[in-house]
Amino acid sequence: MAVARSKIKSIGAAQSPLLGAAMFSPAVLYILLLVAGPFFLAIFYAFSDARIGNPEMHYVGLENFRSILQSPSFRVAIRNSLIFTICSQIVVIIGANILAISLENTFRGRGLIRFLILLPWVAPIALGAIGWKWILDSIYSVITWVLVAAHIYKPFSAPMWLGEPRLAIASVLLVHSWRMMPFSTVILLAGRTAIPKDIPEAAAVDGAGFWRTQLQIVIPMMRPIISVAVLFGLIFTFTDMTVVYILTAGGPFDSTQTLPSLAFAMGIQGSDLAAGAAISLFLVPVLVIIAYFMLRVAHRAEVN
Amino acid sequence: MAHGISQRIRGKVVKVLVLATFTILLAFPFYWMLITSFKQNVDLYTMENNPFVFNAKPTLDHVRFLFTQTRFVRWLGNTAFVGVFVVAITLMLAVPAAYSLARLSGRWGERLGIGIFLTYLVPPTLLFIPLSRVVAYFGLQDTLWALILVYPTFTVPFSIWLLMGFFKSIPKELEDAAMVDGLTRFGAFIKLVIPISVSGILTVVIFTFTLVTQEFVYALTFISSESNQMIGTGIPIFLVRGDVYYWGALMAACLIASLPIAFMYNLFLDRFIAGFTVGAVK
Amino acid sequence: MAVVETRDLTKVFKEGQLGAVNNVSLETREGEFLVFLGPSGSGKTTLLRMIAGLETPTSGDILIGGRVVNDLSPRDRRIAMVFQSYALYPHLSVYKNIAFPLKAQNVKKELHKEKVEWAASLLGIGALLDRKPRELSGGERQRVALARAIVREPAVFLLDEPLSNLDAKLRASAREELERFHRRVGTTSIYVTHDQVEAMAMGDRIMVLNKGVVHQLGTPTDVYDNPADTFVATFLGSPPMNLVELGDVIVGFRPEHFRPASTSTGDCVPFRFKVENKEYLGSEWIVSGALVGGKFEGRKIFSRLASAQDLRLGDTCNFVVPQRELKFFDRITEKRTEPRGLSWQ
Repeated sequence: MAVARSKIKSIGAAQSPLLGAAMFSPAVLYILLLVAGPFFLAIFYAFSDARIGNPEMHYVGLENFRSILQSPSFRVAIRNSLIFTICSQIVVIIGANILAISLENTFRGRGLIRFLILLPWVAPIALGAIGWKWILDSIYSVITWVLVAAHIYKPFSAPMWLGEPRLAIASVLLVHSWRMMPFSTVILLAGRTAIPKDIPEAAAVDGAGFWRTQLQIVIPMMRPIISVAVLFGLIFTFTDMTVVYILTAGGPFDSTQTLPSLAFAMGIQGSDLAAGAAISLFLVPVLVIIAYFMLRVAHRAEVN
Repeated sequence: MAHGISQRIRGKVVKVLVLATFTILLAFPFYWMLITSFKQNVDLYTMENNPFVFNAKPTLDHVRFLFTQTRFVRWLGNTAFVGVFVVAITLMLAVPAAYSLARLSGRWGERLGIGIFLTYLVPPTLLFIPLSRVVAYFGLQDTLWALILVYPTFTVPFSIWLLMGFFKSIPKELEDAAMVDGLTRFGAFIKLVIPISVSGILTVVIFTFTLVTQEFVYALTFISSESNQMIGTGIPIFLVRGDVYYWGALMAACLIASLPIAFMYNLFLDRFIAGFTVGAVK
Repeated sequence: MAVVETRDLTKVFKEGQLGAVNNVSLETREGEFLVFLGPSGSGKTTLLRMIAGLETPTSGDILIGGRVVNDLSPRDRRIAMVFQSYALYPHLSVYKNIAFPLKAQNVKKELHKEKVEWAASLLGIGALLDRKPRELSGGERQRVALARAIVREPAVFLLDEPLSNLDAKLRASAREELERFHRRVGTTSIYVTHDQVEAMAMGDRIMVLNKGVVHQLGTPTDVYDNPADTFVATFLGSPPMNLVELGDVIVGFRPEHFRPASTSTGDCVPFRFKVENKEYLGSEWIVSGALVGGKFEGRKIFSRLASAQDLRLGDTCNFVVPQRELKFFDRITEKRTEPRGLSWQ
């Protein structure tokens, strides 16, 4: 056996570093070329005056940033990005925790319920958003119909869910929360099943009721998992432009623009590559902060 | 003495209520898609009608319209086409990378793992502008090849994670035993590890495919003509004629596009979660 | 009045199948250390969990302090439980772990410190109060679990195999600590284990269970020297009691009573014994082999001896069992019967 061990060592040790490098190089190379490269290109564009269709390009320093920061729609976009992201995450985390508690124990039909609950997350974002657009339609909305039937509103006087700025913001918030809820629920559920069964039992014997057990024992124990769910939820919501694009196209009057949707509107639709790039770069600080927290969670988990 | 029992019953009732409320809120839009797909236009667009019931006979008109008068089928084909190629590229890049990262413990392995992770955090909404120029430079704009080129940027990091966790759970002794029996390390990888990992690889295939179908930003940016659209972009954009939304056909399309993905996703859900939690936290 | 009493307690998990616990009735004695002993699947843990309130009985009653508690949740039963894994709350410090039961029962905050320190000093863990469970050794964790259990001054302790997760060396010292703790505190305790050595060492009384049925309830002397049936006889003692069939009885004798003829005096029953294997355990020898000749040809027998150097493998020797050490069991019911005179050859 000692002979075999040394044989492995000689084979393994000699081949491993080179083989290992050969095996991950294609992936690393691809990512460097198509992620890192474009990332720096975006920075480059942000400092230029690039436009679609115009082959010439000049360095303009901080001009783009200056003009963006002064534009009101930009300020609205930043505000909206933060509101949508943070508020929807709060709703999602609370809702997902409640749902995860309810789904913990097996029961008949659990599989079906899980399937139904997952639908918002698995369906392509645009299609779910279009579904909501029909539900929130200014004339034919089913919500309007129900409210009118309940005599809360007179016919034709119901609010335009996507047409009034405040309601539009609420609608976008609703759709973001709706989409992310299954994702967080499923991750939290996994976290719950990882908790040893005797901990809640010990809490019960110690005299804790249901809510105390959940709030003081189970949920604090789930902190790493909750962090993962929240951090990913923040990223997915913060960097999403689809919901706004489909539901409101940024309107009414730019009131629901977010950083990504504004970047698209100006960069592609408006052909102003430089402005689009500059706007999208504002995503980076937030992403860096989130990345930092993620790494901290990962590091803590390894230490334990 | 009976309050223990009544407490339990109360708990159950609350649980059922909570589940029912959430399920309805989350699944309602799809139910709505279902109903809308089969309602006659007359029914749909008459405001007095109760929208929850069929006031006229259910119809297949919208579905017929969808399949014969729009490019829906073509978009399905486009999506499948892109999906197959992206899956292939992802597997070719991610499987070896994940294996070497899983077995390469130590500083390099960890650093690269973190690097891959950080790449996943760079969103399409940041890269789409420069990538649109790259695509144009290579003359690939408005072709599916642009998507095939770019999609692995988000499928590969995610797949590497999933697979890393998976490979790490295979005991090292298996490969050691194979190498004592005469295989090289690479040989052990091909002949031993990959066959064992079929379920992990299958998971990557499924999720890569779903990521491809769900993507919106790149598909919107790079593709402009109607016949080259993907499912996720064609439906919201081209099922609208001018200002008029063909809601019946739209909803039918959404449903048809979403349900198969939902089925596949559910089958592999546990692996997906493991990938997110173990992969991120490991 | 017994602290814990069960009446005809039954738990059936799957309809139509034999229950995990079947008609168990017991009464604890004040301050005793009662052990539920049995192999896995014997129902001992289910029985304990029913007493704790973590499982609901299918039928029968559970009484704690004279009150029927069937419908009470665990928190209302004045019990404390130590789990196999100790179930310490990993995110709380030792102090907060011990204080948690006080918090949960809405004990006034001013009293917490006093009680936690009392419990901690009882178990000698005063210095560990600021640590987290993952920083503690196995023995320290057991002490924290005990402190958390006692801080509420419960009427009864329930312990679910708390020593099984410890390695062998630690187990002995942890066991001794448990015994000392029990002597000091004096609370009635019910202890579940599958390890008969633990049961014998720690128990004031042992309840031997198998397949949900109580086979015997008695002191260690009772169950070891006067087993009620063949199951108890073979479950206690290692190696187990030797059993041979003779007519309509089963005769049993313990390995330590099966010795070379030269070493025994008094009324003995003789056997011819072929030595097949010897194990030297340091403090004793375990010799195994087969009986030779007569009605027991080929039966495998174990012997425990202080010394066995003279015995050679393959030798056939004269071994004896003192008459008074023979136990007789009815062949069909397997229950203990009166001693008989028998013809051995």
